[in-house]
Amino acid sequence: MKAFEYAAPGDLDDAIAMLSDAPGDSAVMAGGTDLVTSMKQGLVSPNRVVSLRNVKAINGIQEAGPDLRIGAATTLGELLGHSLVADLYPSITTAVKGIGSPQLMSVGTVGGDLLQAPRCWYYRNGMGLLADDAGAANFDGDSMAVEGDNRYHAIFDNKTAQFVSASSLAPALIALGANAVVRGPKKAEREIAVADLFRTPSSSDEREHVLKGNEVISHINIPASGAKNGTYEVRTRQGLDWPIVTASVAIASSGAKVVLGHVAPTPWVSDAAGKALGGKVDETSAAKAGEEAANGATPLSHNEYKVTLVKVAVKRAAMAAAAHG
Amino acid sequence: MAKSAWPAMGDRTVLGSRVSRLDGPIKTTGAAKYAYDQKLDGMLYGRFLIAPYAHGKIKSIDVSAAEAMKGVEVVQIIRNVGDEFLYAGDAIAALAATSEELAVDALDAIKVEYEILEHQMDDTTVDNVSGRVRTSEDGDVAAGFAEADIVHEGHYGVSPITHCCLESHGQVCEFKDGELWVWPSTQNVSGYADGLTKSSGLEASKIHVDCQVMGGGFGSKFGADQWGNVCTELAKAAGKPVKLMLERDQELMTAGARPSAHADVKVGLKKDGTITAWESNAWGSGGTGGAGRLQLPYVFGAIPNSKVGQGTIRTNRGSQRAWRAPGHPQSCLITMSALEDAAAEAGIDPLEFFKKNLDKLDVRLPNAENVYIEELDIAADLIGYKDKAHPRGDKTSGPIKRGLGMSMHTWGGAGHPSNADVVINPDGSVAVNCATQDLGTGARTALSIVVAETLGIPMDSVQANIGNNTLPPDNPSGGSTTIGGISSSSRDAATNALNAMFAKVASGLGVAADQLEARGGNVQEIGKPDNSMTWKKACALLGSNPIKGTGAKPTSDGTKLDNSQVGGCQMADVSVDIETGVVTINEMVAVQDIGTIINLKCAESQVHGALIMGVTYALYEEAIYDPITGKMLNADMEFYRLAGHADVGKLTVHMMQTEEHYSRGVIGLGEPPVISPGAAISNAVANAIGVRVPTLPLTPDRVLAALA
Ligand SMILES: Cc1cc2nc3c(=O)[nH]c(=O)nc-3n(C[C@H](O)[C@H](O)[C@H](O)COP(=O)(O)OP(=O)(O)OC[C@H]3O[C@@H](n4cnc5c(N)ncnc54)[C@H](O)[C@@H]3O)c2cc1C
Repeated sequence: MKAFEYAAPGDLDDAIAMLSDAPGDSAVMAGGTDLVTSMKQGLVSPNRVVSLRNVKAINGIQEAGPDLRIGAATTLGELLGHSLVADLYPSITTAVKGIGSPQLMSVGTVGGDLLQAPRCWYYRNGMGLLADDAGAANFDGDSMAVEGDNRYHAIFDNKTAQFVSASSLAPALIALGANAVVRGPKKAEREIAVADLFRTPSSSDEREHVLKGNEVISHINIPASGAKNGTYEVRTRQGLDWPIVTASVAIASSGAKVVLGHVAPTPWVSDAAGKALGGKVDETSAAKAGEEAANGATPLSHNEYKVTLVKVAVKRAAMAAAAHG
Repeated sequence: MAKSAWPAMGDRTVLGSRVSRLDGPIKTTGAAKYAYDQKLDGMLYGRFLIAPYAHGKIKSIDVSAAEAMKGVEVVQIIRNVGDEFLYAGDAIAALAATSEELAVDALDAIKVEYEILEHQMDDTTVDNVSGRVRTSEDGDVAAGFAEADIVHEGHYGVSPITHCCLESHGQVCEFKDGELWVWPSTQNVSGYADGLTKSSGLEASKIHVDCQVMGGGFGSKFGADQWGNVCTELAKAAGKPVKLMLERDQELMTAGARPSAHADVKVGLKKDGTITAWESNAWGSGGTGGAGRLQLPYVFGAIPNSKVGQGTIRTNRGSQRAWRAPGHPQSCLITMSALEDAAAEAGIDPLEFFKKNLDKLDVRLPNAENVYIEELDIAADLIGYKDKAHPRGDKTSGPIKRGLGMSMHTWGGAGHPSNADVVINPDGSVAVNCATQDLGTGARTALSIVVAETLGIPMDSVQANIGNNTLPPDNPSGGSTTIGGISSSSRDAATNALNAMFAKVASGLGVAADQLEARGGNVQEIGKPDNSMTWKKACALLGSNPIKGTGAKPTSDGTKLDNSQVGGCQMADVSVDIETGVVTINEMVAVQDIGTIINLKCAESQVHGALIMGVTYALYEEAIYDPITGKMLNADMEFYRLAGHADVGKLTVHMMQTEEHYSRGVIGLGEPPVISPGAAISNAVANAIGVRVPTLPLTPDRVLAALA
């Protein structure tokens, strides 16, 4: 492992000042559960690691008027244990519960979950985020994930990248219309939709999110909407595992929002499914929403079954949302 | 005089009771020192550079930059220019450095140019069979099928899995005063040194092996292996202690796998369920090693009119190693699934069907037909078969379908040759010494139980010393042979020690030595507690010299204390979500005969462990190889999925403990209970959803594909 500098300042702006905007040069560390593994595997090798562990200002959950303000360094366990979150946002609680392990609950964070790197096994085996690193074999095709074993890969938006966005918290937050407060150098702050944090890279120079090396998520704001909400995850094992497909649904008076996880390089919003649900959810509209959500899927050679799972997950998430409160 | 024969069933004190394992507390608190935990002064850290491709040759290798790094003390080239390697994960070079981090950086500094050669990964299609094809035929197969009312044909398969020992393979070693001290993770304490004589340049007697606890072997840790030898060579060259344990990815790629197995099967049945014929064409791959030998049809080997063939596919994966009951789980899955499918086609209840065909058993277990009937009935009772059983395909509404499935197995498990001695000290304390190994099975505890039982003293007066090759030699723990071996040798040694003690103390009780017995913490005239003295007092009469009894399997008085051949049956109760393909275990029931039980608790936990391992390979576990690069894609603990507590459901274990079973003698239990889970679960899933999911593990994609 390459030697690196380490700092853990108490002030967020001090932390940001220590970061470099050059991609990969430095890294923000929250719980470190993904970052440290990635460093050990040589997937990233920052010259400097800046820990957020002492930055109190981005810890904890506050009620900000009718909205909820969640510090990015809030642990998953805290989020899971929060009674207001459990009451208002079962779609979040379900997603966090699914992550499961006590270790992750006590050190994994909200910001870290959102920005964890993809689990694509070609990427994790050092063959590049786009699974196109020709050095890995006598391979000169476009993507090993297209030509190889893609049973867990993307079924939407999978032309240039086939990995799936790994966060199961993101779909729940996006369905609820949550924003991320992003802070950069010189106290520059912008608030963007959580959905806009993510992007599908168009070349191997790009990452799966839009933040610069010296930008940090400080908070997540969830606007009060009174939406009924729910998440459904299809999981092989009960714990220590990522879901194969998830769906989060929020139904407000203004309409429904359906967001899928683990099916595309980004969390995947299905407007058609939202429309199919409208304001009234029953078995029929839920099933219809599932069908709509699966429309336009472009499965790869080994993951057609995920299209089926999308239909079921959306239907069940919608029914869970309907049953909320 | 004490005899080595086991006490009558009604006359036992600790033998066969539930005893918590002695090393439980140090394992749960983390105080236990595994090979991995050894940290010696000045110790270097060894690492392997492994092949990144599935097949190739070394065009050039340059280690000079690594050698030049400060703190890198030895670099060893394993594959030289022109050498071929046959799988990704194979060792190319090794080095030892003053820290793990430095060792990793030094590996990066080694420059290798590879010539990439073609690889073969797919083992699912019969067209790839290249190895020798074995065939055999019994009776008149054509006539057997002609006689059948129903001919069922199906394909069944088991994907390759690894041993995935939680403690990886490897050792720590140190040369001192011209001798070698080694701390390996091994299933073969007594034989381990033999594998290091060449690399160390020492006779085995100069190699001291110590392994007090180890984290799983399952058949993959019998020898010193390449890593043991390389570690020894690095230590020798550096003149410093070296630790070399495999990294997780290398562990999964190189340190052992269970061969895959596939078969096209044809079964002939009469309307009443009588099996008339069997034909199977099987194949599998053990990577660069052989694929092992399947036993088809399994358990029902006396099916008349049968024809079987088996071929091997060579693939560019690390070689197979013996995996807990080699060949049996695969043979069992193929046989029990095909038979159950045939029964379902005939519309016959599987329990009735299996019982009906028990006249076609080919197992060496005496009275097998009755043993299986009794066990099937007990399992059926425990799982609630009467209430829950239904014909194939749960017809209730809703997406969750429930089903039951069953399977039967058999295993040998005779004790291996073993030596032990028992020392009775004048202060009343006792030590039992045996160079056996405790794989987490409770061997250490078993020795204590046997000696305490034999001497009529509490277990805490007995110190069990194992895991060191200076102790009386034992054999490797493979084939479920350990308990039969060490219970015999320790019982023999304790009996001999006791008789020697009787000779010294008999005069104190005014009777001949052969009129004495030891029970309840006393030495007394047989059947006369009035004429007794305490164990302590008797020991005090020994003067200053401890008494040592030596023992062996076979025992010195010729009494056979072990036996072999068991049956066993298992049933599974599962729920399957037919919309998602997710399978959930509600309950697993295991009924196991095993002769004389030494420690009921450890015996039960051995079965629990086997069921958990069985649920794992039935539902989750699979070594996935990339068709393009030939790399193992899931050489980690994330996509290489093992069941967790929440996944295994309720585990119900019933050990057969009648007088008849008790009187058989001690038989090994490590392997039999891991054979049936895959078949029982696959049958339960078929019963639930109405179709067979042909290949294990039964992951959502496979279940949905079968339903489509
Ligand atoms: C066995 C296992 C199972 C798992 N299952 C699931 C699952 O089912 N669903 C799921 O969603 N996740 C799952 N996870 C992932 C887990 O939730 C994440 O590892 C964890 O949440 C990451 O949080 P962290 O604080 O440790 O992040 P870190 O490792 O510290 O950081 C992760 C990444 O985010 C960046 N980062 C962190 N905080 C910020 C911030 N405030 N601003 C900008 N960048 C930041 C880091 O630079 C790094 O790139 C699983 C993990 C494991 C090991």
